[in-house]
Amino acid sequence: MDRTTAAIGDTPANHESIVRLVGVHKRFGNLVVLTGIDLDLRAGKTTVIIGESGVGKSVLLKHIVRLLRPDRGEVHYRDQRIDNLPERDLTAIRPRFGFLFQLGALFDSMTVAQNIAFPIREHTRRKRHEIDKIVREKLSMVGLDGIQAQWPAELSGGQRKRVALARAIALDPEIILYDEPTTGLDPPRADVINELIIKLQRELGVTSVVVTHDMASAGKVSDRILMLYQGQFIFDGTPGEIIHCQDPRVRCFVEGRCHEEDLDSLQVKG
Amino acid sequence: MLTAIGSKTVSSVTALGQWGVFSWQMVRWLLPGLVQWRTWVRAMPLFFEVGNRTLPVIMITGTFVGLVLAVQSYDQLRAAGFENRMGVLVTLSLVQELGPVLAGVMVAGRVGGALTAELGTMRVTEQISALSAMGVDPIRQLVVPRFLACLLLTPLLTFFCDMCGSLAGWFVAVVLKGIPSTHYWYYIADAIESWDLMVGFVKSVVFGGALAIIACYKGFHCRPGAEGVGRACTESFVISFIIILITDFFIGTFFSGLYRGIHGFKSLV
Repeated sequence: MDRTTAAIGDTPANHESIVRLVGVHKRFGNLVVLTGIDLDLRAGKTTVIIGESGVGKSVLLKHIVRLLRPDRGEVHYRDQRIDNLPERDLTAIRPRFGFLFQLGALFDSMTVAQNIAFPIREHTRRKRHEIDKIVREKLSMVGLDGIQAQWPAELSGGQRKRVALARAIALDPEIILYDEPTTGLDPPRADVINELIIKLQRELGVTSVVVTHDMASAGKVSDRILMLYQGQFIFDGTPGEIIHCQDPRVRCFVEGRCHEEDLDSLQVKG
Repeated sequence: MLTAIGSKTVSSVTALGQWGVFSWQMVRWLLPGLVQWRTWVRAMPLFFEVGNRTLPVIMITGTFVGLVLAVQSYDQLRAAGFENRMGVLVTLSLVQELGPVLAGVMVAGRVGGALTAELGTMRVTEQISALSAMGVDPIRQLVVPRFLACLLLTPLLTFFCDMCGSLAGWFVAVVLKGIPSTHYWYYIADAIESWDLMVGFVKSVVFGGALAIIACYKGFHCRPGAEGVGRACTESFVISFIIILITDFFIGTFFSGLYRGIHGFKSLV
């Protein structure tokens, strides 16, 4: 099914809110990153956050799972406010999120199977054969069954991300957060990840949030696209709408053109 | 100038506060963790790592310090007619001071640096964030087992250091200088009290715990990149070394005063 077509007529408003950010501000020293972000994530939908490198997309993603605490503002998961919860109370909420880190963040002292089994062992009392079965299932979902005994260092970049994705879905989370899932991969490998994002949303019914600056990926997987620019969202719409957006900042990004001021700073003539 | 001093002071106080919070969080996970089987399962490979990495170098250090102490002190003791008590000087120096300090410094160099590098790399590659994102507390998972391994193994390594030094002293005294072996051991047994052993034990436990917390804290808070990890390792060792020397002085002074208050002055001759 064409994702763009699917998004039209099936607006996010039809679905319940699962995560809500209200007026989130964040700065690191003198660097202001987020300036009053409001975001409402709808259950079962794939939201893509785009923006230039260093604009604060990953910072925003980390606020959703409270890996970062906002300086000001609120973060809600369902009906619960989580930005002010102590770390200990978050351990019950975080397994409902799966987080795919930019570089995978696989534990290099563990094999592939141990990596995927790790969250299951920590949060459930399942027996060893049951855990082995889940590991096999999750690896099959990402098309990598049979590599259980390998070490992360032996895997390619694409395989590492797929294993990390298998680990992220090990506890059957409600929400999967993807931090630059296709960065550093060649186009065919990047497309495999895109297909996986679509497949997981379709088969598991999860809510997905994808942070990327890859427009091909954003267009393919998203139901809704938001563009972050200087700490604020400057676009919120469907993949179809962003193509027709006339905001020059959005146009530059979508078309992959640099800004006039960047050209001036390079002193490029003509 | 004033701005620089102010900024440095603020960053130092902030770092101290962060270290305090980090240590408190570790203690909060440690106490309930002591009765949990999983804590010890996590710590078991680290016991092997700490012991295996450090034992050979500790034994070599203890042996040569014992040899040097014996060789250096023999002539002076002989001139005073106390050469038979050479074992007391060597063993007491090792048990109360040199053993715990040398073992602490060796563990800080051999294990502390490796812990900082390992945790620093995990932080830089977001493995620590991945633990948090899974709902697993990284302090419980990574710091508590490493703290336990250093805390419990530093006294054991100190014991090996003391033993090797004492045997090396025996070698110089008995084999090279012809002092009767029975005299060497008799005066040691006569002079060394359980108090001396307790002081050495307390020091080694404190040094082990302190260097583990410093190494783990530096790893958890290192700056990004290879340079950040390298710098954290160096800082971890230097701070551990200084803390070991400072706490050695305070613990030594405290127990020395306490002993005098309870038992009075103790003469070794």
